[in-house]
Amino acid sequence: MFSLGDLYQQVIIDHTKSPRNFGKLDPCNHDAEGYNPLCGDQLHIYLQINADNIIEAIKFEGQGCSISTASASLMTEALKGKPVAEFERLFAAFHHMATADMEEAPDEDALGKLAVLSGVKEFPSRIKCATLCWHTLKAAIEDKAEPVRTE
Amino acid sequence: MTFDLASIRADFPILHQEIYGKPLVYLDNAATTQKPQIVIDTLRHYYEKDNANIHRGVHTLSERATKDYEATRDTIRSFFHAASTKEVIFTRGTTDSINLVASAWGSANVQAGDEILISHMEHHSNIVPWQMLCERSGATLKVIPMNEAGELDLETYANLLSERTKLVGIVHMSNALGTINPIATMIAQAHAVGAKVLIDGAQAAAHVPVDMQALDIDFYVTSAHKMYGPTGVGVLIAKQAILEAMPPYQGGGDMILMVTFEKTQYNDLPHKFEAGTPNIAGVIGFGAAIKYIQSIGFEAIEKREKELLAYATKLAQAFTGLRQIGTAKDKACVLSFVLDGVHPHDLGTILDREGVAIRAGHHCAMPVMQFYKVPATARASFSIYNTEAEVDALFAALTKARDMFA
Repeated sequence: MFSLGDLYQQVIIDHTKSPRNFGKLDPCNHDAEGYNPLCGDQLHIYLQINADNIIEAIKFEGQGCSISTASASLMTEALKGKPVAEFERLFAAFHHMATADMEEAPDEDALGKLAVLSGVKEFPSRIKCATLCWHTLKAAIEDKAEPVRTE
Repeated sequence: MTFDLASIRADFPILHQEIYGKPLVYLDNAATTQKPQIVIDTLRHYYEKDNANIHRGVHTLSERATKDYEATRDTIRSFFHAASTKEVIFTRGTTDSINLVASAWGSANVQAGDEILISHMEHHSNIVPWQMLCERSGATLKVIPMNEAGELDLETYANLLSERTKLVGIVHMSNALGTINPIATMIAQAHAVGAKVLIDGAQAAAHVPVDMQALDIDFYVTSAHKMYGPTGVGVLIAKQAILEAMPPYQGGGDMILMVTFEKTQYNDLPHKFEAGTPNIAGVIGFGAAIKYIQSIGFEAIEKREKELLAYATKLAQAFTGLRQIGTAKDKACVLSFVLDGVHPHDLGTILDREGVAIRAGHHCAMPVMQFYKVPATARASFSIYNTEAEVDALFAALTKARDMFA
């Protein structure tokens, strides 16, 4: 059985208390909003993608639970300065980790620091908290006008 | 009546289990209460011995099912002091009951220029059906404000009432705040301008007595599952004259006397509003639940629940970083709060691992969250079977959560 400590690892607590890349990005050429009506999580993600398809800058703001805040913070850290193709690869890996079988260990090579969130799969009601930022970022990259909702 | 906590706890089999190796502490009673053995046994007995469709069967099982179903109607009439069983309509629950009134009564009585008055602390189920009615009819929805304690502003209420007000919809007890609203005076004020009143009793009916006639209530609605009964069944209790004048809600079997392709003659009350095969087992189980409440008695229930809330409130006030949401003078059973540095949703998860079941979220009352400028609250809600030791377990788990994020 996963313990609470597996979900609320020190890294997650740290990113909750001092989220990285927090705030509004101005100027930005992509942005999107995400909501998790279940928890009341609200997220706004801002991006600056350059002509070479590199995520030059990425920031987020909003309010949410520890898991959603830490997940967004870790995501922005992982993607800053990376090509958009890297987002697609990481999103796929992250989504797989969050919904994989309990026994399957996270692919730390593919995920890096993001693997600390693998504990969410033991807490089904919390998976949406961890994936909200990823869905919102996807909407921002694709310039979706409608806010993302997790349900 | 004396209150024997140990014997009450023994009546609820679900309470006696462990969650993640800790004794279950069930403090989500405002969402749904647990079911006593007598309700479980009643449902089982019905399906094992009496299951049949009601009202038109001439065989023994149908007669038994009909008798028990209709006996519950009388149990409910007497529990809520309604004037007649014709005033007791079975529904799928509070939400269904409100939609019935908004749809059937609303379509016949509310027009453009009219006003519907609800309060700021309503559950979404007592907001949205009225919004929908206003959209259809061109009427206007108005809101009675509340203060920081979570009490309705009665002065503004008096000013909002006018001859344009067709209906006032008020929650008897707020599920998000615990506030018990002063419905007696509010009903009298509404009647003085000719408005009808709907009281949402989903949260209140298991905790405080209701006298339809003494309070002169036009519509009272509640759900069985918050009163130790089954899910999927509830009741609309309304004055006979109002129900007689209302068009039917849904058409179908049981709500008719005679059907031809040219014309249908509707059935008499209460059947006019009970189209289709109802939740027969659920209704009969509801009857058992009401009798269970009666066997304890409201005097004992209210005294015990006040004691428990006072105990929990005292611990809450002493808990560093905890802010109570809802501190009305007259409240019951609900401790809603936020904790500095820990999001309610994280609290819910952390407490669950300690065996403590609470609710985190907007409690289907988003305008209440907007009022207090919080995205969500954590809510512990108490019932007759909860103990002081369980309240201690709640606060021990909260300490753990606070330390984790310290």
